[in-house]
Amino acid sequence: MNKPNDLAGLALDPVTADQRYIGESEPRYSAKRLLEGQGTYVDDLQFPRMGHVVYWRSPVAHMRIIKIHSAAARKMPGVLAVVDGVQMATICKPWVATLSHLAGMKSAPQHALAIERACWQGEPVVAVVADTRARAEDALQLIEVEWEELPAVVSMLTALDPETPLIHPELGDNLCFSRTLDVGQVDEQFATAEIVAEATFSFGRHTGVTLEPRCQIADYNPGDGRLTVYHSQQAPHMMQDLYCRQFGLAESDVHVICKDVGGSFGIKVHAYPDDFATVGLAILLGRPIKFVADRLESFTSDIHAREHQVKGRIAVNKQGDILAFEIDDLTAIGPYSMFPRTSAIEGNQVVNLVGGPYKHQHYRAQLKVVFQNKTPTCQYRGVGHPIACAVTEGLVDLAAEKLQMDPLAFRQRNVIPDDAYPCSGASGIKLEILSHEQCLRTIEKMMNYTQLRQEQAKLRKKGIYRGIGFAALIELTNPSAAFYGVGGARIASQDGATARLDPSGVVSIMVGVGEQGQGTEGIYAQIAADAVGVSIKDVRIITGDTAVTPYGGGTWASRGAGIGGEAVLLAAQALQENILQLAAVILKRDVADLLIRRSQIIDHATGQALLPFTEIGRIAYFRTDTLPNDFKVDLMVTRHFAQRDYPFIFTNGVQASYVEVDIDTGFVKLLKHWAVEDCGRVLNPMLVDEQVRGAIVQGIGGALYEECLYDDSGLLRNGNMADYLVPMANEMPDIEVAHVQTPTASSKLGAKGAGEAGTAGAPAAVMNAINDALLPFNVKVFDQPITSEKILRTLGKI
Amino acid sequence: MNQKIPIEMIVNGNTIQAEIEPRRHLVDFLREDLGLKGPHLGCEQGACGACTVRVDGQIVRGCLYLAVQANGKVVDTVEGLTAQGVLTALQNAFLRRNAMQCGFCSSGMLLSAAELIEQRPEATREQVREWISGNYCRCTGYHSIVDAIMNVLEAQREQTE
Repeated sequence: MNKPNDLAGLALDPVTADQRYIGESEPRYSAKRLLEGQGTYVDDLQFPRMGHVVYWRSPVAHMRIIKIHSAAARKMPGVLAVVDGVQMATICKPWVATLSHLAGMKSAPQHALAIERACWQGEPVVAVVADTRARAEDALQLIEVEWEELPAVVSMLTALDPETPLIHPELGDNLCFSRTLDVGQVDEQFATAEIVAEATFSFGRHTGVTLEPRCQIADYNPGDGRLTVYHSQQAPHMMQDLYCRQFGLAESDVHVICKDVGGSFGIKVHAYPDDFATVGLAILLGRPIKFVADRLESFTSDIHAREHQVKGRIAVNKQGDILAFEIDDLTAIGPYSMFPRTSAIEGNQVVNLVGGPYKHQHYRAQLKVVFQNKTPTCQYRGVGHPIACAVTEGLVDLAAEKLQMDPLAFRQRNVIPDDAYPCSGASGIKLEILSHEQCLRTIEKMMNYTQLRQEQAKLRKKGIYRGIGFAALIELTNPSAAFYGVGGARIASQDGATARLDPSGVVSIMVGVGEQGQGTEGIYAQIAADAVGVSIKDVRIITGDTAVTPYGGGTWASRGAGIGGEAVLLAAQALQENILQLAAVILKRDVADLLIRRSQIIDHATGQALLPFTEIGRIAYFRTDTLPNDFKVDLMVTRHFAQRDYPFIFTNGVQASYVEVDIDTGFVKLLKHWAVEDCGRVLNPMLVDEQVRGAIVQGIGGALYEECLYDDSGLLRNGNMADYLVPMANEMPDIEVAHVQTPTASSKLGAKGAGEAGTAGAPAAVMNAINDALLPFNVKVFDQPITSEKILRTLGKI
Repeated sequence: MNQKIPIEMIVNGNTIQAEIEPRRHLVDFLREDLGLKGPHLGCEQGACGACTVRVDGQIVRGCLYLAVQANGKVVDTVEGLTAQGVLTALQNAFLRRNAMQCGFCSSGMLLSAAELIEQRPEATREQVREWISGNYCRCTGYHSIVDAIMNVLEAQREQTE
């Protein structure tokens, strides 16, 4: 049962009887309104008496706030309030973002609005509220802050040097977290290995650039003391909990609503200082307050990620067996660890994931996470995976080259074989079941590998330099409480779904995991339709409302399909059972004699339709008098699911990139990209394909274009979409996606996550392809983003 | 700042008269004053294309175009073009190919694609990629958007053959 399956070849056993939707490329019917301009994003909402807030943000990397002059701004037309950090702190507690399972981690107290000091360019200091956004911005121009510039810690390379000033003197140093992992005998392996390859890999800090900026509307009703927050967010229950704790409100008095979210990618799963400040203003002013970040604010205040430098080496014997990996990772996270998930997770993941696909037994890793005066970093799509994968796969290619072994054959030799599971990776990660061998075979066929190598060789003779790069990968999905809960963060790893049969026969599903565009509502409708036994047109999905849905974690760590989907399946199956029991009572038949097919109760023996759902609904809700007194009608059921068998369910896949490097200009043309993905049961191939492609393009962005560039004083030089390059359609290749299906046995559905593997593998595949193209020149580039300039420098042309 | 200028324009077929500040951008006027929330604000500097609307039949960036510039002109947004049926084939293709995820770029992307289909009926896949390169989509990876637009172009070519 639990073995890899080709999607095209072997169909998996169905999850439900009469399965019509699960596994099919069903369009997202609920998304039609988005194509007609009828979405409801936060900025589309307008409320009576609504105030608009804009923030005066620190213009420098590190400063002491001496005095704030706001009298002129207060006199401007339409201004409702000007609030500073001292006033905000009277109602909003500061926070320190650490997790107890990351031993020794430290950070400093952070306020909603900076008090005394601001520690990065973009930290909010003063809030200006007016009756329109334009008037708030007019008044903002008249805020004058006297400040004294303080020395800034900019480079992570010198952050721990004794002469470097301390950002938070009370912490004793600029070190947030460090970790060493040593599984033993690493030095011996490197001393005796026939082949040792090493390199230093650099990764530029980049950010999510959601097309819809971060935004929220906070509305506090002084009458009943209830707070309602409309938020473009991934984790509404997490925000509910944080608002109630920071403002001393009762959980039941905080209501968080997430309507349409215009892209999130991890950017919108954190609690930002301006989130709390906007809520604080609503409480102080007793009226709705809207905050919508402009693009400059997005670049300086959305979390950044992935500023790493990793020294890595690999030991291999002459037969081509990988013996050991060793890495030393240095990463910088800004001046504070981000609330509440913390900023040490990304580095920690790198330590856990390096070498992930391979069967070596020896591994040592060192990690240092340091503070600096730049925008805080935190979990962004892929979280550590793109770093770990690029380091691993870059080293794997270096070793294959030294061995003069084909890089694909070298991987095929070294991946953990498909029949070895369950097992543990060298870093200690628990792997339930993966399909590296089958994925490698699939991609070899898919890209016509042999022929592609021949084409490459032929063109190389003509002075056309093309390269082929591979990246085998694992991805952490379906997390248990091991991720955050055990560290003391009140972030739910379980999720719940409620299934309800409405009087008309429509099935309504309420789920804790929301929709950010990836199609979660679409797959939930597919699951519910099959599990209850109705047309998908008769299913309604409701998400993103803490007052309505069961308590859950929301969208992160690729958990929507595997955790949320399983909750929907369990709830819908339970609802089907209850419907059958009710039908048996109405029809005075035995439950075992009845079936549900397409909104009808069917006689199992004859196939005759006995009772439509519309009748069930009518009797259950309006004619309970016709039912026996002792019969309990429950047409609304809730089920929860949490991952318990493993800390995480890992997925795997492989990507290949085909590029052409112009050695005179350094330009990289992406010719084609292939991905084979194993996310367990594929619930909707069309949606998964597009998830994978979108994630790959995000990974390509980091590999080739995207970087938050800072000057020596810690000022962001490219905080706009014209200077910060994101991938556009013209530079992107066609991306071919195939699937291998190895369901997880930890759930009935067997689905694993698919949201981040694309981002995990793409940078490594593209980097390896570029280095393969540069092979004749005997140069390599390991410094992402791999810009034309870096390629030309590597080639010695500039 | 407080000076207001009278303007008149046809928005989605309706004559609109208003007095507005000269600094007001067309997209803000459409969204805030007329309640047309289809065009979105992504970057407010003309880079992302989420605010794309039509003025006198030609697509413009609603965030770079002042509302007073549209005085006496015909303005169409995704809402109006949907009602007129101008976008139907594209919208169906986008839904069928899942050529959107979060939907924030979709109104701009559809208006750009509609202009391509009108002006470049013979466009190749590469030309489609180039044409929509003024519209940023962070979710899809563009592949499905290109597929959807190609589907509409191909269907149109088959019809005219």
